[in-house]
Amino acid sequence: MIEIVHSPIDQKRVVEAVSSPAAGAVVTFDGTIRNHARGKSVTHLFYQAYAPMAVKELEKIQSEALRRWPLQEVAVVHRLGRMEIGESSVFIAVSAAHRRDAFEACRFVIDTLKTTVPIWKKEFYEDGEVWIEGSAG
Amino acid sequence: MELDRPAPVEDLFARLAAQTPALDAYRGSLLIAVNEEYGRWDTLVSDGDELAFFPPVSGGRP
Repeated sequence: MIEIVHSPIDQKRVVEAVSSPAAGAVVTFDGTIRNHARGKSVTHLFYQAYAPMAVKELEKIQSEALRRWPLQEVAVVHRLGRMEIGESSVFIAVSAAHRRDAFEACRFVIDTLKTTVPIWKKEFYEDGEVWIEGSAG
Repeated sequence: MELDRPAPVEDLFARLAAQTPALDAYRGSLLIAVNEEYGRWDTLVSDGDELAFFPPVSGGRP
């Protein structure tokens, strides 16, 4: 499952997408909207994507994870648009026979996603807003 | 824009920057995609291809 959505992510559905009788572990990553950045209070975020390419890049990451580790399934759902503090912008689920592979692959998926998938976020503060560029934190 | 023959990305960017000089300031940090795949400044673009320039993606500290 690879999806870009514009409404709250149904996390249960993502976990169900990777469930397998052969899995001994399901590892999930929930990327949530943080209330601070660069020493400022964040009021909310806005995510935008080059969507068709973002889906393609997510599919490449999924394929690469499945190639590198003995996994059952990999699912990634990224949300776009305005999100409030505490909401999930991205949710990843990885299933594997053994937990080590699931943990490592899940980390690979989120770390790679942050550098290759064309998705951008704009941070809104009490006194302004700014588009965040790669690896700025 | 229309192309008579395949041209490298850098030539097409130069054409865009000639129309919109402010673009030049971003040249060093832009990422390139041709037909929704990452490309380079020397990637050849043909008529009908989709060319995109965009800033580095959202990042985040691990």
